[in-house]
Amino acid sequence: MEHVIEMLGIRKEFGNFVANNNITLQLKKGEIHALLGENGAGKSTLMNVLFGLYQPEGGEIRVRGKAVKITNPNVANDLGIGMVHQHFMLVENFTVTENIILGSEPTKMGVINIKNAAKKVQALSEKYGLDVDPYAKIEDITVGMQQRVEILKTLYRGAEILIFDEPTASLTPQEITELIQIMRRLIAEGKSIILITHKLKEIMEVSDRVTIIRKGEGIGTVITAETNPNQLAEMMVGRQVEFKTEKTEAKPTDEVLTIEKLVVTDYRNIDKVKGLNLKVRKGEIVGIAGIDGNGQSELIEAITGLRKVKSGHVKLNGTDITNMKPRKITEEGVGHIPQDRHKHGLVLDFPIGHNIALQTYYQSPIAKGFVMDYKKVSEKARQIIKEYDVRTGNGEMTPARALSGGNQQKAIIGREIDRNPDLLIAALPTRGLDVGAIEFIHSRLIEQRDKGKAVLLISFELDEVMNVSDRIAVIYDGQIVDELNPKETTEQELGLLMAGQSSKNNMNDAKEGND
Amino acid sequence: MSNRVINILVPIISIIIGLIVGAIVMVVSGYDPVQGYSALWTGIFGDSYSIGNTIRQITPYILAGLAVAFAFRTGLFNIGVEGQLILGWLAAAWVGYAFELPKIIHLPLALLAAAAAGALWAFIAGFLKAKFKVHEVIATIMLNYTALYIANAVIKKLSDGSFKTERIHDSASLRSPFLRELTDNSSLHYGIIVALLMVVVMWFILEKTTRGYELKAVGFNKHAADYAGMNVNKNIILAMTISGMFAGLGGAMEALGTFGNASIKAGFTGIGFDGIAVALLGANTPLGVVFGASLFGSLKYGALNMPNAAGIPEEIVSIIIALIIFFVASGYIIRVALQKLSKKKEGQ
Repeated sequence: MEHVIEMLGIRKEFGNFVANNNITLQLKKGEIHALLGENGAGKSTLMNVLFGLYQPEGGEIRVRGKAVKITNPNVANDLGIGMVHQHFMLVENFTVTENIILGSEPTKMGVINIKNAAKKVQALSEKYGLDVDPYAKIEDITVGMQQRVEILKTLYRGAEILIFDEPTASLTPQEITELIQIMRRLIAEGKSIILITHKLKEIMEVSDRVTIIRKGEGIGTVITAETNPNQLAEMMVGRQVEFKTEKTEAKPTDEVLTIEKLVVTDYRNIDKVKGLNLKVRKGEIVGIAGIDGNGQSELIEAITGLRKVKSGHVKLNGTDITNMKPRKITEEGVGHIPQDRHKHGLVLDFPIGHNIALQTYYQSPIAKGFVMDYKKVSEKARQIIKEYDVRTGNGEMTPARALSGGNQQKAIIGREIDRNPDLLIAALPTRGLDVGAIEFIHSRLIEQRDKGKAVLLISFELDEVMNVSDRIAVIYDGQIVDELNPKETTEQELGLLMAGQSSKNNMNDAKEGND
Repeated sequence: MSNRVINILVPIISIIIGLIVGAIVMVVSGYDPVQGYSALWTGIFGDSYSIGNTIRQITPYILAGLAVAFAFRTGLFNIGVEGQLILGWLAAAWVGYAFELPKIIHLPLALLAAAAAGALWAFIAGFLKAKFKVHEVIATIMLNYTALYIANAVIKKLSDGSFKTERIHDSASLRSPFLRELTDNSSLHYGIIVALLMVVVMWFILEKTTRGYELKAVGFNKHAADYAGMNVNKNIILAMTISGMFAGLGGAMEALGTFGNASIKAGFTGIGFDGIAVALLGANTPLGVVFGASLFGSLKYGALNMPNAAGIPEEIVSIIIALIIFFVASGYIIRVALQKLSKKKEGQ
């Protein structure tokens, strides 16, 4: 079959650092070709070379058999290469059409012809089954829809080869399913796709072939149908990876967290948690499974004091902590790995060391009265960086912003666990991380459980909930609709419950705990 | 080229380019740049009298710069330094003449009054931001006008319709015979010591205290600060208040050191606004502010000598001074140019 793109022996250096060394990627016409690698393996660098943002130091790029020099993104566009970025590049208060034509506005004597453009957008949207309203404003549409606008943008500019950079990172499970259908449709219409990802499940489901890179080196290309997730993970990480997290039977004892008839509203004052009951005991991990937006965020914020409780109670070790100040709740023994590590978990402009002191900066030994001992901050930071294998460029003084997502998350987890909390709340702790980091974080959560701590895990990933939890509580529309034993349930059953369908062994809403 | 070399080269090249462009302006308008710049130099460093007055000019710039820089470091933009400074000026002058106390009490009391007046005025903006989400830029701009006209009205009232208050008592003055003799009768006063002390205070608060850590955290990311159990609103108000305190002390320098009274002003002093440039020139660090203020203060004072000694009209002088500061502030352009240059060399 014909190769539409060939990147042969690509080498890219930044100073002394070799980001890509002798990497070869050949994209056939009409295939979905996955590019797999851990965070920082050099996937983005390689794609930026293809997109003309970087010039390679060695190797050759051929498009449809012809050697080309892609000196800037415009050249890439002209060659029919389009990129769907991970972080969408859209103007929030513009319409879909306005965003799509941005930079190549069709004008007549200086006047934009929006109507024609909108018609063209509509036609493209229908052709590829994207279902996008050309006149909707970006700020009013969902993340999944915004991504389709990004896809339309490339199609509008005549892209034949689409690069998807971590397209599922911010999507819900449904949106992921829809995206996969869209990708298949694109292929059916004769496009070719490069899919950058570190999610093995998606690769197995959607791709035809996989090229794996590790630490900047090309490891090889395999046919998806002839491989399996274990082999892929091993090629990516360079060692065997355990998917089934090893753990012993849980031995839960006393109740640590007790939530009774909790009602919490969101910022618009609409009830999002509606009379929720939940218990978490020492020595168990309770996983909350649910689709994003069913009250998970409000629940966590209410427990940790970041959001006011409208009615009901939250108790920790028997003490009522409802509506206490966040600091008081933290001091009562709650550790919190927040859902959004950039918004809540870190001060990105602080060095990572100062971030590790975020919960303890005012306590002895770091604080002596009102004076802060930054030597002690550094000592503690170095200890946690070592214990939790946080890879930093420049030790504890590296800006938090400069760390990869996985390492930022490890630092947060280290900070929270180091305070030895009775209850550890982990909200989407592995979002956007690669398998190595996920494995590490899961084993840390289980370690806390084995130490007799209570762990509350909130996740949108069914695999994670099934694997790590000892008990699964399904949240739907602000309530725990069912509690299940992960060993006795299936993804199908969970999926139905999460979507609001009742299961055959439905329990009474008011009755909680698994006895 | 290493980063360190670039860091040193940038300000030097910036000043040189500024001087060259200033020279071109002089040549084009028919004046001798050599004569002009030597007049500027003499105006700044020529004799002990000039040096004394240059330092006196630098003093309020340091405090105004600290006020702006402190706010910047804690995520706030205090454009209200001007108004806070005017009220500090008035408060210091009033305490200075209205009381008769021993120096050891009177001078600190007058300084404290100025700090409190500036702090109070900034507190209003901080409070409005924390409680009602009023943007501090709008609040402080408006508060500048209210401060200016309140001060004018109060001065009129205090002086029974005159345009300036009584002179402060010697017990509240920052001036000293020793400094005057040392600098050939210049108006140098002990304010510079207050200003440098405040440089240390700012550094200590931000870099050494738990409060400083909180203020910076709130400034960078208030969501994370909230998550960590910090009281975000309280810290916003406090940051603004401390910033206003520095500004108020800047006013005290004029009241207790340079002028010895407070007079009705037709318009803003400009020191508060120049403080923004000083803070930015100094990259918002305490020591940087000292350098920024020194550049600003010496150019401003030294330039006064250019019309006399070189016959260059004041307008041209102002253009030249503004150009020099402009190029120093556009150090970024020069940095980028240097980096490109060094890249090209590596590429060869």
